[in-house]
Amino acid sequence: MSFQNILIFIALILAYRLLLKKLPRGWFLLVASSLAVFWLQPSLPIRYLDFWLPVATLALAILAWVITTTPENRSLKQNLPAFLVIATIVLLVGLTRFISPTGFLAPSRPPQTTTIILVLGALAAITWLLSLRKRNPSGLLIGGIILLIVLLVILKFPPLTTWVSAQLRNFTGQSAALASPLDIRWLGFSYIAFRLIHTIRDRQSGRLPQVNLQEFVNYVIFFPAVTAGPIDRIERFTGDLRKPAEMDSTRFVDGSRRLLAGLFKKFVLADALALIALNATNASQVDSGGWTWVLLYAFAFQIYFDFSGYTDIAIGLGIWLGIVLPENFNRPYLKPNLTQFWNNWHMTLTQWFRAYYFNPLTRALRSSKRPLPAWFILLFTQVTTMVLIGMWHGITWSFIIWGLWQGIGLFIQNRYSEWAKPRTSALTSRPGWGKAFNAMGIILTFNYLALGWVWFTVPDPALALQVIGRLFGA
Amino acid sequence: MDQNPVNTPHTKPSPRILGSVLVRALILLVIFLGLAVVLDPAGALGKASLYNNLFQGRERFPYGENPQESYNMTINNLDAMFASHQVSRPRQADEFRVFIFGDSSVWGTLLSNEQTLAGMLNEQAIKTCDGRRFVFYNLGYPTLSLQKDALFINRAMQYEPDLILWPLTLESFPGMNPSTSPLLGFNREEVKRLFPASDLPAEKEQTIWNRIQEQRRGLADWIRFQIYGVMWAATGIDQDLFQEWQPAQRDFDPDNTFNNKEKFDLAAALDFTPLTTGISLAGDTPVWLVNEPILISSGENSAIRYNFFYPRWVYDDYRQALQNEANANGWTYLDLWNLVPEGEFTNSAIHLTPAGQRLLAERIAREIERNLECE
Repeated sequence: MSFQNILIFIALILAYRLLLKKLPRGWFLLVASSLAVFWLQPSLPIRYLDFWLPVATLALAILAWVITTTPENRSLKQNLPAFLVIATIVLLVGLTRFISPTGFLAPSRPPQTTTIILVLGALAAITWLLSLRKRNPSGLLIGGIILLIVLLVILKFPPLTTWVSAQLRNFTGQSAALASPLDIRWLGFSYIAFRLIHTIRDRQSGRLPQVNLQEFVNYVIFFPAVTAGPIDRIERFTGDLRKPAEMDSTRFVDGSRRLLAGLFKKFVLADALALIALNATNASQVDSGGWTWVLLYAFAFQIYFDFSGYTDIAIGLGIWLGIVLPENFNRPYLKPNLTQFWNNWHMTLTQWFRAYYFNPLTRALRSSKRPLPAWFILLFTQVTTMVLIGMWHGITWSFIIWGLWQGIGLFIQNRYSEWAKPRTSALTSRPGWGKAFNAMGIILTFNYLALGWVWFTVPDPALALQVIGRLFGA
Repeated sequence: MDQNPVNTPHTKPSPRILGSVLVRALILLVIFLGLAVVLDPAGALGKASLYNNLFQGRERFPYGENPQESYNMTINNLDAMFASHQVSRPRQADEFRVFIFGDSSVWGTLLSNEQTLAGMLNEQAIKTCDGRRFVFYNLGYPTLSLQKDALFINRAMQYEPDLILWPLTLESFPGMNPSTSPLLGFNREEVKRLFPASDLPAEKEQTIWNRIQEQRRGLADWIRFQIYGVMWAATGIDQDLFQEWQPAQRDFDPDNTFNNKEKFDLAAALDFTPLTTGISLAGDTPVWLVNEPILISSGENSAIRYNFFYPRWVYDDYRQALQNEANANGWTYLDLWNLVPEGEFTNSAIHLTPAGQRLLAERIAREIERNLECE
């Protein structure tokens, strides 16, 4: 989201709160969020793809709702208006092709109106057919999860993204030789997929609350959080959505405070640090270890201020709208060990992985017929969890190594803590010593993380290794 | 942070309070912007710099359209430009300061700092008779304008040069180049003081909004420029040397015009005011004018044109006029126009390759040593 995007969101919410108070919040959010997925979608070189990807986002949300909801909650009367609103927005955005040759609301000129109508018709037919089911076959839910994971892999694995791009280019009559992973940038899909998987998994386990189509789509594409999270839980989100939430001074001040903090973090601190942060280009240009440390620390703080700034902005806008999004960062760099860091960094993502991967896997390994040693279970679950988190950013060697770095670090820290606890407890309980140990932990943890960021920001592992060598004078 | 505002009890009706908060915020914003216009923080901050303090000074003036690659950027605040340059560091006791002004050929387009004229001259390790080191400072700037050079000379005199080298070419003279250096527009008052008859384009009407915008941009540029100091210090890069470039044109149409003008009396049209002003601003400091090398093409229609800039008639007339003016005023003048072979030019008829710069530097160094006359 650019500064301009955010200013327009601010104006939109204030206009709604001051002028359109009569319009129910859910409907306002549905219209605004549906438009936002088109408006925020980056422009793409493959013809009409930057129109079809937002349509696919909306379609996936609708289909996920229809397969996760129970028959009694699929009533036409209750849910048809939401479908019609979404379809109308898609159609209206499509009709802007007659207003502007370069795109208005959508990043470029939308496709032919008849094609849009046909796609909407197909979506309506599939939704209707799926809604006729009396029971929810588990195969459909599993299929939904597989589809989302396949899409994620396509988007995150550059050779596969390039291959798909080449196929799409062939389909649209464009040169396949120019295919690139950047051809398929799907706005917020990493977050959208995780929200959808959460709803499907909770449906499988019977924990999913009953929500209507409007609430479900609002949860999936809530516009303040669509690009950079946080990854909310549906029961919490819809709980807020159903409460009356008038704009008043407290809400306005609270929201403004978070918003201003976020704008400052993102557009002042992070953008300034970005000028000097370690990256693929400057990693090979710096000769001295000292300056490499400066650039690395700049990156460490840039990524924090950037990400937590966006989270603050989303939370601030959410507060104005009466939706209190979950916190994502809680002073992570001031934590004295890696476990605490990961409990306070991108918290909603780590909670997601804990809920849907780490905990189930740990339970499964613990209850396996052949008993496995506890240390092995810990090592395996922590390392694979962190590698998966790394791969969520991109399926490349750099992110895999970054995940290994974090996973192994977590395991070593866990083992060390177990070993050191009884030996140092007497010392750390003395006044002053506890603080000193804490400070030492913070410094060590931060530097371990900073070294890990080298793998994250330098995409070539060989160069990343050189950078790490340079940091230590090699 | 953990408090849930949704559940906080509220007492007053919202729109009134919201309106009041908005009005107060608006008043604060207006006061803040008003103060910014009056105080001009970017202007005031110009002389403050992290360069020469936290980082080493830059070896040439800030200029660049692609800061993310070059770690350098165009700023038009002269104070900030000088404050960032190593010329503003304290003078060393054994230093003989030589300032080189001029255009992009001096600044060093497509050249690293060591390859510029100043860099190559420093490599010559010239010493004065009393053992002081000649230290050459690159004060060139990539626009063709003698007025801009004089503006720099005016500012640079506070840094106590012992000698000034001023390479120039015909296109730098007033009226000989259709474009105006943006730097002149941004420093309009100073230019007008130096050149009351200057024909700078008319100033746009300055609304308060324009002033706020201009000052905001000035302040943001100043901050960004200071931050780029880290990258300059860390990498020594101040120009994207890997950019793609087209070789200077060698073949021409049979076109005899100069800036679309047919043959005219150049001697009468040449305005030497910037030179006389610059030399007068230098006071007792000697100024050497150097007619900088140009590409002398051997390509198609090279009998008509030396290069893209100059048909032969205009350049020959210019050389003669400048020589006459130098003789008449007793100026020290080196005409090195044909010193560099055709193959040693890069993307322009005045941009030299490192080998071309070395030829030029060695020639100037010889002249300097010849003039030292040590016993």
